[in-house]
Amino acid sequence: MALDENGKRIFKVVGTRPARPDGIDKVTGRAMYGADATAPGMLFGQFLRSPHAHAKIKSIDTSAAEALSGVKAVITSKDFGTPEDESVRDVQDNCMAGDKVLYDGHAVAAVAATSAAIAKQALKLIKVDYEVLPHVTDVDAAMQVDAPIVQAGRAMDDLPAGMSENVTYHFEFGHGDLDAGFAKADKIVERSFKTAATHQGYIEPHACLAAMNSDGKGELWCCTQGQFYVRELCADIMEMDASQLRVTASEIGGGFGGKTTVFIEPVALALSRKSGRPVKVVMSREEVFRASGPTVSSSTDVKIGMTKDGRITAAHATLRYQGGAFPCGTVQFGAQSAFAAYDLDAVQTIGWSAMTNRPKEAAYRAPGAPMAIYAVESVVDELCQELDLDPLEVRLKNAAGEGTKSSYGPTFDAIGLKATLEAAVAHPHYAAPLGPNQGRGLSCGFWFNFGGNTSVSMNLNFDGTVGITEGNPDIGGSRASISQMAAEELGIAYEKVRTIVADTNSIGHNDVTDGSRVTFAVGLATIKAARDAIQKMCARVAKIWDIDEDAVYWEDGYAKPSGPNAGTFEPMSLEEIAAISAETGGPIAGHHEVNADGAGVSFGVHLVDIEVDPETGATTVLRYTVFQDAGKAIHPDYVEGQMQGGAVQGIGWALNEEYIYGEDGRLQNPGLLDYRIPVASDLPNIDTVILEIPNPGHPYGVRGVGETPIVPPLAALSNAVSRATGLRLSELPMSPPRVLKALNAKG
Amino acid sequence: MVKVAIWGSLRSATDGKAEVVVEASNFKQLLDQLVIEYPGLEPQIKRGVSFALDGKIYRDAWFTKINDDSEVVLMPYMVGG
Repeated sequence: MALDENGKRIFKVVGTRPARPDGIDKVTGRAMYGADATAPGMLFGQFLRSPHAHAKIKSIDTSAAEALSGVKAVITSKDFGTPEDESVRDVQDNCMAGDKVLYDGHAVAAVAATSAAIAKQALKLIKVDYEVLPHVTDVDAAMQVDAPIVQAGRAMDDLPAGMSENVTYHFEFGHGDLDAGFAKADKIVERSFKTAATHQGYIEPHACLAAMNSDGKGELWCCTQGQFYVRELCADIMEMDASQLRVTASEIGGGFGGKTTVFIEPVALALSRKSGRPVKVVMSREEVFRASGPTVSSSTDVKIGMTKDGRITAAHATLRYQGGAFPCGTVQFGAQSAFAAYDLDAVQTIGWSAMTNRPKEAAYRAPGAPMAIYAVESVVDELCQELDLDPLEVRLKNAAGEGTKSSYGPTFDAIGLKATLEAAVAHPHYAAPLGPNQGRGLSCGFWFNFGGNTSVSMNLNFDGTVGITEGNPDIGGSRASISQMAAEELGIAYEKVRTIVADTNSIGHNDVTDGSRVTFAVGLATIKAARDAIQKMCARVAKIWDIDEDAVYWEDGYAKPSGPNAGTFEPMSLEEIAAISAETGGPIAGHHEVNADGAGVSFGVHLVDIEVDPETGATTVLRYTVFQDAGKAIHPDYVEGQMQGGAVQGIGWALNEEYIYGEDGRLQNPGLLDYRIPVASDLPNIDTVILEIPNPGHPYGVRGVGETPIVPPLAALSNAVSRATGLRLSELPMSPPRVLKALNAKG
Repeated sequence: MVKVAIWGSLRSATDGKAEVVVEASNFKQLLDQLVIEYPGLEPQIKRGVSFALDGKIYRDAWFTKINDDSEVVLMPYMVGG
């Protein structure tokens, strides 16, 4: 669906900042999150989790737990079947271990009891006999041929022979003659980098309430980014028809990709089926860290050649990602996005993915891209330092633009990278003075964005208000932006529209809320649904006026005769048409179902000033500005919120956050005291500059905005620390001990 | 006939060719033809692929029209966070 009227439309509602529809509920505590669901006769479910990183389960004795008063069901992997689909089998095995536990925290059994205390007591009565196996948690170690094998026989068919069985995926992208390109360079820098696994850090833990009835029907309430995908996975695992399982998404307290799969829901359903009672499960924070889905950790080699005047002549990267104990293809997105910001004649990226004894990776905003671009942007910055070049000018000189053959293959359409870089050059932040121990860093960022399957229904009420039903949990302001697009298209006030998120039996399929797809794809479907409703309203008015349907058109909320030949009639408003819809043929609705394509890629540039304390190695963020091409910003508050939120999460990733494993393969810091995410007092105000280069693939020009902002902070912070200290750090996070150690080594 | 760019690690299934030519006028025909002419691509196609048509990324869009002069790039199936 192409951009309307060459992007020259003057908007009345889109681009304004109305009050958010969920604000009052959230600040007064009335919003219903996953853990708020209750049901009569509800039981409490708890999990027994592995204390070992890798072990064979020789036996599980649940008899004592089952005999405990108040215990209504105990389950293990024996209570599940074997799903046909390998990826569903992996999800099931991740929710409940089969013959082996594959990481510290892997579930081995679960209990449903009349109280949480009894369930906890019952867990202590379950006897598991383990045979502990050697483990591996580091990606480079896991790729060695003599590494402990996490799962045998899981490598994809296109892998070279002779590698560790832990290596599952291999990807290569690029074009051009690398040798010739490097031969043209005046300076070549080659470096290796490592990044730690991090957690999305959503404040709401995973929670659900499952109720299986004796007739085989089921109800599931849960916090998720995609109720339809939850239904698909759970119905497969529970061997149910999809229509018999209704899944309702709660209000969501953060997801960022981490709630695009299931960790507890199939187990809660199985406990409910076995006990005959509703079962509620709420993960503790420790369980969230140990047994939900953090990011990959990475190890990357980058080599870039540059001329004295700052032109990149060739670029190469080898990326090695671990995604936990199951095959994980996230490295493909790192390998595709690593050099996406640059217009290059010779470029190649190679990606490898390996299994380790860690939790199964889940998506985290722009999965795979931040760590790849961190390594690339660090080397670009080092080249600028070595050649005494301005880092923004160098990026502008090499920036991808319309017509660039991207490093991952396709030729770019209209994109906003150059405009974003130019905005950064012109911004006062770039020229502001710096003090002692302070440094300024910057980085480009990129994400693909996509659309996907989407269904929207729009109903006109008799009083002239409008109800919209959609199927994507609102993780970033989608209810407001969808209402705005509907109001814009219908020509009515925003306050006349209310958008709700429906359960799986109340609307057609919707893909998961991911890929920065919702404002783009659901917005597109909403516009089409509104146009469908408008067509029906015009048809009703044509009947009233007794003229042809083609002689009625819609403008600013009114049906009007299209010209003198159509006759002279007073325009009829939506409110007037809705009020008499019962008399003119019945309720009026519009709907649209689509697999939306045409999402535009998104670029951003982040600029940050920091100060490093030479006594402690602590880094303080002094000033931060985000520049991003959003396409058309439907609700600028939410767009700015996405940009600020991504920057903050990236600051945490760069400076403090990491999964720390001990020699025993156990997670050492499964709590928010020891896994330190940034809090408000750690941060300056994050300034934002929204650029609006319309996406030609959307009627209003919308691009996705949610993922790109987490991509640049890692390198921007690292480049700033480098310029403040004269040290090029090559490992994240740049925690105070790591920075202090480097400072002391420098002397 | 449509030219299709193949990413590097799949080229072992296309006799090392970075670009192959198949008879197709939409994405479904293109995938079917790739499997017939290059059976080594089938496992990846079954796992999922996206494709970029003149710079736009498509997923699962069988009946998207492809012109002979279109730029077609096979890509891994896109997901996000």
